[in-house]
Amino acid sequence: MTRKYHVAATVNGDEYEYLCEPQQTLLDALRDELMLTGTKEGCATGDCGACTVMVDGAMICACLMLAVEADGKKIETIEGMAQGEDLHPLQRNFLELNGLQCGICTPGILIAAKVLLDRNPDPTETEVRYWLAGNLCRCTGYDKIIRSVLAAAREMRGA
Amino acid sequence: MHSLKYEAPSALGDAIALLAQASGTSRILAGGTDVIVQIETDLIEPELVVDIKKIPDLRGIAVENGAFRVGAAVTGMELMDHQAFCKAWPGVVDGVKLIGSMQIKGRATMGGNLCNASPAADSVPALIAAGAIVRIAGPNGAREVAVEHIPAGPGRTSLAKGEIIVSFAFPPRPPRTGDAYLRMTPRTEMDIAVVGVGVNIALDADGVCTAARVALGAVAPTALLVEEAGAALIGSRLDAPALDRLAQAAAAACRPIDDKRGTREYRVKVAGVLARRAALLALERARQNI
Repeated sequence: MTRKYHVAATVNGDEYEYLCEPQQTLLDALRDELMLTGTKEGCATGDCGACTVMVDGAMICACLMLAVEADGKKIETIEGMAQGEDLHPLQRNFLELNGLQCGICTPGILIAAKVLLDRNPDPTETEVRYWLAGNLCRCTGYDKIIRSVLAAAREMRGA
Repeated sequence: MHSLKYEAPSALGDAIALLAQASGTSRILAGGTDVIVQIETDLIEPELVVDIKKIPDLRGIAVENGAFRVGAAVTGMELMDHQAFCKAWPGVVDGVKLIGSMQIKGRATMGGNLCNASPAADSVPALIAAGAIVRIAGPNGAREVAVEHIPAGPGRTSLAKGEIIVSFAFPPRPPRTGDAYLRMTPRTEMDIAVVGVGVNIALDADGVCTAARVALGAVAPTALLVEEAGAALIGSRLDAPALDRLAQAAAAACRPIDDKRGTREYRVKVAGVLARRAALLALERARQNI
């Protein structure tokens, strides 16, 4: 019988507790224990970025962190990005400029893009492309994603 | 179904004792970007994982006697955001910047990059060129060894059971020194080095090279310190003949495999080309570092 571990973590500002097995990942816990299914599983090996979340301010792949490691941590997921009905400018620009098709990569890309704009409000197209190199999209060919991020950045700068 | 136990001690001695006393397979967990994939894909079935991130000694970036000490579990992003370290060791940061995506660097550590012991690990040639020393703690006490003595072959290290890399100690960084790391990959990003070259040089007031270390990655079972390649630069101003000698020495040291990402011949050729370019970048940085 594998021992279960008790974890208490803050997710998008709310306190959560769950029990997990040691080999479960944070991605498993978010989706299967907390039912926060906005974070997607793509490759499960850290290559595609679909499960990008923030843990204590660090941008990581939730598939590459054990669920048990999250004890005492502050986690931010896509569910925390909109303020109620008000979409984040990134979310709105992705919708308006068709920055998504199937949508599996979108939550991870939105999280990653938000971190970029927090660090650099006025990135070049090249900087956006390099920053998002760890977020794979198999639908859009990336152009609309990059345009959506740049449009959101302009809007957020008030330019 | 194996039974896995997770421990996250906050004292270094407890981590060493757990690892030293483990009867089956055990793994150290730092960033987990290699270890967790290996566990989840059943490549390894450890009975014990010791998370070392709660041990303060492994987490900080400090200056000791005018030289940097970087905890083995400091993440890539933490290092890249440390302005003073980036200014002192831009070549080491070049290597760290190439370890996977931004998400990977949010977790991945230099200690893990070294201990995963991939011949193509991007930070390792840069660390060797820098002359970094690893401080190791283990059941038989502490010891220090140069980075180049840690990898023993693909996926293998010279660490004994229960030993943990605590930190990387860098030498002092006087003016007119500079380092660089360059790698060749078929893709622009998110790829594994076909060849990687780290170069670290010191110049005198007249611009003559007084010390040089050159290390190669992905061209042998482990990263290599190529003393002949460093010697080719010493006494020169990194002029064309010196760079030719450097390129020849780097190419001569290669013992690469042939695989889908690069033939043996290609890797040998590129090692010389990249050594030249990395040396020129290190030179430019040394000239600016006054």
